[in-house]
Amino acid sequence: MPSTAAFQIPGEDLAAQIEAISPDSVTASGDTEVWMVPGRLPEVMAGLKTAGFEMLIGVTGVDYVGYFEVVYHLLSLSQNRRAVIKVRCGEGRVDPAVPSIMEIWRGAELQEREVYDLMGIRFEGRDEMKRIFLWEGFEGHPHRKDFL
Amino acid sequence: MPLTTQPITINVGPQHPSTHGVFRMRVTFDGEEVIDVEPIFGYLHRGSEKLAESRTYTQVVTLTDRLDYVASMTNNMSYILSVEQLAGIEPTPRGVWLRMIAAELQRIASHLVATGFFLQDLGALGTPLIFTMREREQILELFERLCGARITNSYMRPGGVFMDAPDDFWPALDRFLSDMPHHVDEYEGLISGNEIVAARCDGVAVVDSQTLIDASVTGPMLRASGVDWDLRHRQPYEYYNRVKFNRPLATASDNYARYMVRIHEIRESLGIIRQCIEQIEPGPVRPETVPALIRPPVGDSYVGTECPKGELGFYLVSDGGVAPYRCKVRAPSFINLTLLREMLIGDKLADMFVTFGSIDINMGEVDR
Repeated sequence: MPSTAAFQIPGEDLAAQIEAISPDSVTASGDTEVWMVPGRLPEVMAGLKTAGFEMLIGVTGVDYVGYFEVVYHLLSLSQNRRAVIKVRCGEGRVDPAVPSIMEIWRGAELQEREVYDLMGIRFEGRDEMKRIFLWEGFEGHPHRKDFL
Repeated sequence: MPLTTQPITINVGPQHPSTHGVFRMRVTFDGEEVIDVEPIFGYLHRGSEKLAESRTYTQVVTLTDRLDYVASMTNNMSYILSVEQLAGIEPTPRGVWLRMIAAELQRIASHLVATGFFLQDLGALGTPLIFTMREREQILELFERLCGARITNSYMRPGGVFMDAPDDFWPALDRFLSDMPHHVDEYEGLISGNEIVAARCDGVAVVDSQTLIDASVTGPMLRASGVDWDLRHRQPYEYYNRVKFNRPLATASDNYARYMVRIHEIRESLGIIRQCIEQIEPGPVRPETVPALIRPPVGDSYVGTECPKGELGFYLVSDGGVAPYRCKVRAPSFINLTLLREMLIGDKLADMFVTFGSIDINMGEVDR
């Protein structure tokens, strides 16, 4: 069976590509993923979009109890590659936030709202940051590990 | 005296037969022209992703059935592939072929539902929907033979499927494959050349391919704008590299193009199933070495597959336990709605639901 992992861009290559766009923004790299500092996100994402990653496949929030992480899955239609970029929203659980990339990809609009609604991670720099699945006035963010 | 009009805001849904479930929109009209749309989600939000965190990897399969409930098999497949990548499980060949047959049957069923309701939204009440539902019923009966369930199949397991197809499944599948092309001809005869359909759909809700890519839109909607992007072809999973099929494309990117792409994909899926039957060989349907409680190593995995609505992907995070630490669903129905507002603005009230139907969403997957 062919492995879909073959279309993943190796973490080292991706890290080199990101470093070329914005020096000292990568904090670590794994086999298939790269961790970077949140502040440089718009700059790096815009650079990667120009470099051929035309599509933002997904925005995911993960609660690791000690910190929150936002995972971006990118897809290049022209080069047939996928990339994974992870961002830690600082230490602790109080008011996690990352810069919004809605200016770069229109596809982030609903997905960022979903992460905010269910995981409570704020996306800074976009005007509309309201809940999407749950109603206004709902208390808490259900996908957090301390919710239930 | 000049005639002045006043914008009026109308609430559509969530209980409305044309919203394909419980979707709600707040639409502002100027006369009968749409000037603003605010989609409101969440009426079917069941917290599937949260529920997955308290179930074992095999139990989560039943939750995936209930996401896009007219395409359970393809949901199963996408989830199972992600688990297999995470846990390093190698499926058996017969299991893979059976999964592909089931998934392609499901693609036909889903496109039939999309086509039937699309025509229903156009105002062709009854006949086209009854026709497409008639053939979908045959597929559901095939599923019943295959796994005992019609809608919520839960057929697939890490490593393959949970049981082999019974002997009476194969003749029934052959009958379906020989009948179906005639039925597709029948739909095409009724719909494709129909002047009213063409007049209502040609040039309505056109979106250029660049905007679609920018908005993360995938699936038939993207292919109707001329972008040759089918994951089965570009990033083959299962044994899709061993079957030959065409990727139907259209360039108009209007409601009619989206309908045509789906009709042609039905024909291609029939071809794929025939090739699967030729290549399938006897053998176990899943390896005996797969434990009942799967404990994948610490890590994460994402596999995107080409589902009837677009790229469905599961992002799984494992902490080494028996249940996923995080199970995120990349739902194509939900993300394809990003452009809904732009697509509806400027169109007439009567075209609103036609455009909505041409996107082909399923609320179980939108709200999860």
